Amino acid sequence: MTNTTETELNEFREEVSSWFSDNKPSDPGFLLPETFMEVGTDSQFEFLRDWQRKVYEAGYLGMAWPEEYGGRGMPQVFQDIATQEMANQRLPFMPNTIGLNWAGPLILKMGRDEDKQKYIKNILSAEDIWCQGFSEPEAGSDLGNSQCRAVRDGDDYVINGSKIWTSLGAYAKYMILLARTSTGGASKYAGLSYFLAPMHVEGVDPKPIQKLTGEYGFCQTYFNDARIPADCLMGSEGEGWNIAMVTLTFERGATGGQAGGIASMELNINDVVELARRAMRNGKPAIEDPHIRNRLVELITESRGNQLMGARARIPALATDWPTAVPMSGKLRGSELKRRMCQLAVSLQGANGARFVSAEAIDGGKWQRSYFNSFSGTIGGGTSEIQHNILGERVLGLPKS
Amino acid sequence: MSSQIVFTDEQAMLLDTAAEFCRKHSPVEVVRSRLAADQIDVATWQEMTELGWLGINVPEEFGGLGLGMSSVVPVAENMGRYLMASPYGGTVVASECLVTSGRRDQKEEWLPKIVSGAIGSMALTETNGSWLLEEIGAQALERAGMLELAGTKCFVTDADAADFFIVSVNVDARVRLLLVRREQIPQGNLQRETVIDETRRSYRLVLDGITVPIDQLLEGSDFQTVEFASLLLLSAEISGGLAGAIHTIVEYLNIRKAFDKVIGSYQALKHPTVKILLDLEAMRSHLYHAATRMAEGSPNEAEVALRMAKAHGSSAFAFAGDRAVQFHGGFGFTYECDAQLYLRRALWCQYQFGDESYHQHLLEPMLLDQAG
Repeated sequence: MTNTTETELNEFREEVSSWFSDNKPSDPGFLLPETFMEVGTDSQFEFLRDWQRKVYEAGYLGMAWPEEYGGRGMPQVFQDIATQEMANQRLPFMPNTIGLNWAGPLILKMGRDEDKQKYIKNILSAEDIWCQGFSEPEAGSDLGNSQCRAVRDGDDYVINGSKIWTSLGAYAKYMILLARTSTGGASKYAGLSYFLAPMHVEGVDPKPIQKLTGEYGFCQTYFNDARIPADCLMGSEGEGWNIAMVTLTFERGATGGQAGGIASMELNINDVVELARRAMRNGKPAIEDPHIRNRLVELITESRGNQLMGARARIPALATDWPTAVPMSGKLRGSELKRRMCQLAVSLQGANGARFVSAEAIDGGKWQRSYFNSFSGTIGGGTSEIQHNILGERVLGLPKS
Repeated sequence: MSSQIVFTDEQAMLLDTAAEFCRKHSPVEVVRSRLAADQIDVATWQEMTELGWLGINVPEEFGGLGLGMSSVVPVAENMGRYLMASPYGGTVVASECLVTSGRRDQKEEWLPKIVSGAIGSMALTETNGSWLLEEIGAQALERAGMLELAGTKCFVTDADAADFFIVSVNVDARVRLLLVRREQIPQGNLQRETVIDETRRSYRLVLDGITVPIDQLLEGSDFQTVEFASLLLLSAEISGGLAGAIHTIVEYLNIRKAFDKVIGSYQALKHPTVKILLDLEAMRSHLYHAATRMAEGSPNEAEVALRMAKAHGSSAFAFAGDRAVQFHGGFGFTYECDAQLYLRRALWCQYQFGDESYHQHLLEPMLLDQAG
C-alpha cells in the first residue's frame, strides 16, 4: 500500500461527499426496501440496480479491488470513506449484496483467473446479479445436511433439489450453490461441492415466497434436472463445505475484502430517538415517558458499544484473551440490536403500535415492517442461537452442543 | 461521537507488566488467604511502588510519570482480573484529587510521598448510602484557625494503613475536600466494617472529635474529578473482573459432567456465557473510549463514556457473578467455590459510585434532551 496522506484523504472525502449530494437519486415515489432481502417489486429492483451502476461508474465501488478485473486497485481506506459517506447521506443501498460482499471477495480470493475475468466487473456494475443457494427447506442453519444433488454427467453437472431463502432469486444471473456430489465419504461435509451456477438454464425455477410482512423478497429455487457446465465447480469435488465456510466469514464480516458500498438503509438508534420525540403516548411525546427514556439510554449505550468495538478490537493488546470475539459476533450483535430497536420503536406509538403498513400508521408503518424484517438478520446467515453456539465453541472453547 | 480509541505504547507496556505482576502476586490461593487479613500486603505494595504505579497519574514535577489517568486503566484492569486486594484505587483517586484540587504546598508535600508509597484513602460516602458526592451531612466548624469535624463516613477503604485521607465536609454551607493526616485521627475513630467483597478492607470513620488546622482544606472542590477517577478505576476493575469470571466459568463448564455430557455443551449454560463475553467486549470498549476522551480533555464525551462503561459494566458483572455461582451447581453454593469471589466483587463494584440505574438516569438528559 502506498503512503496516503491525511490531506489526500480529506480531499477525497470532500470529493465523494459532493458527488453523492449532487447525484443522490430523487424520491422514487414508493417505499424502498431496507436490504437486498426485501426487494419485492420490479420497480424497486430497477431503481436500486441503476443506482449501483451509477455509483460504480463514478468510481466509488470496488475501489480496492484489482484494476485488471474492474476495480481501481486503491487502498481500502478510500473505499471505506466512500462507503461511510453513503451511510452518512442515508443513500439507497447497493442491491447486488451477495456479489459485492460474499461471492466477489470469494472469487477474488479462491477463484481461477478466468472466473475473475468473467464475473468481477459485472458484479460491480450490477450487470450480473448474484444470489446464494445454501439453505434448504429441511436443513435451516444446518448447512452440512444439504441434500440438493449435483451429479456429474459428461461435461455437465445435473442438479436436482431445492434451495430456500434465495434473495433476488428472480433477478439473479448466478448463484453460489452448495450441492451434494457424493453421499459416501468420511462425513456429511465431505460430499459437498461448491458451484458458481448460472440461473438462466432449463430446469432452474425460482419461485417467490411471501414473507411474514406480506411482501415478496425471497424465492424457493427448484432444480429439476438442471444442467450446468462442469467448469462451474469451484475448487474440486468435496471442497464445498470449506469454501462455504470461507463465504460465511465474508458474510459475517469476519474477513475483509468486500467491494464496499452500503448493503442496507440502516435504521439507527438516532432514528428511534427522533421518532420518540414525535410519537405520542397518552397525549405526551414518548420521549417524556420515564420507562421509555431508560430503554432508549440502554439501546444507545449498546449501539455505541457496537460502534466502538471495532476500533478497540483493532488494537491487538486489547484483544488478547478472545481475539476473534468482536469480528465473529458482528452479525449477532448488530441483528439483535436492530430487532430490539424496532420493537422499541413500535412500542413508542401507543395504540398506533397495532397498525401496519398503511396511510394511517406512523411513518407509513415502516417501523412495524422493519421489526418483522429484522428477523431476516437474526435468522438468516445462521440464527442467533447458532451464533451463540459458534461463539461459545470457537471463541470461548466450550464443547460442541 | 468520535469512535476513536487511542492506546499508547506506555499503556501497552503497563498492561503487559500489570498482567504479569498480578498473575504472579494474586493467584486465587493468595486472594483467599488474604480475606479478612488484618493488614495490607506490605511487600506487594512496596513492589507496586517500585514499578512506579503510584506515580502514573502524578505530574512529572512532583516525581510522577505524568501519563494521566488513562494510563492507570490497564493496571487497574489487571488487578480486577486477578481479584487483587490493595489500597491502589483509593490512593490513585486521592492523588488525582490532590493534583486537581490541592494547593501548591499540599501537592509538594504529598504527591512525592504518594509516588514513594504513601497510602491515601477517600472518605466520601455516608451511612445513608447516597451516591451524591456533594450532598453530605459531615460538618467542619471553624474555630480559631482550626476545623472541628462532625459526622461519619463509611466505605473508607484500607483506612488502617492510610497515611492520609481526603474527606468531604460542609464548611460554611459549601462542600469542600479536606486532607486529614493519619495521626490526627484518635484511636477508636476507625472501625472495620463488614462488606460484601471480603477482599475489600473497609472502615467507618467517625469524624466527631477530630480537629485539624484549617489550611488542610484543599484549595479546589473538584468533585467531578473525584467521581470521574473513581468511575474510571471501578470500570477498569469491572472489565478485568468480567474477564476473570469468564475464565472461571469456562474452565468449569469444560470439566464438569452431568447426564454423561460435559455441561459446557448444554446451550442453557453456553449461551449466557457468550452473553457475558459480549457484555465484556462492549463495556471494555466504552472504558477505553472513556480513557481516550479523558486523556484528550473532552470532559463531556468522557462523562458519557464513563457512565456508559459503569452502567453497562455494573449490570454485566453482577450478571456474570450471579451466573458463575449458578453454573457451578451445588459446588457454587459453597464458600469453597471461587464463583462467590466474583459475585461479591461484582456487587461491591456495582454499588460503589452509582449502579446502572443511577448512571442511566444521569445519561438521559445528556443523550435525549439535546438538540440533534
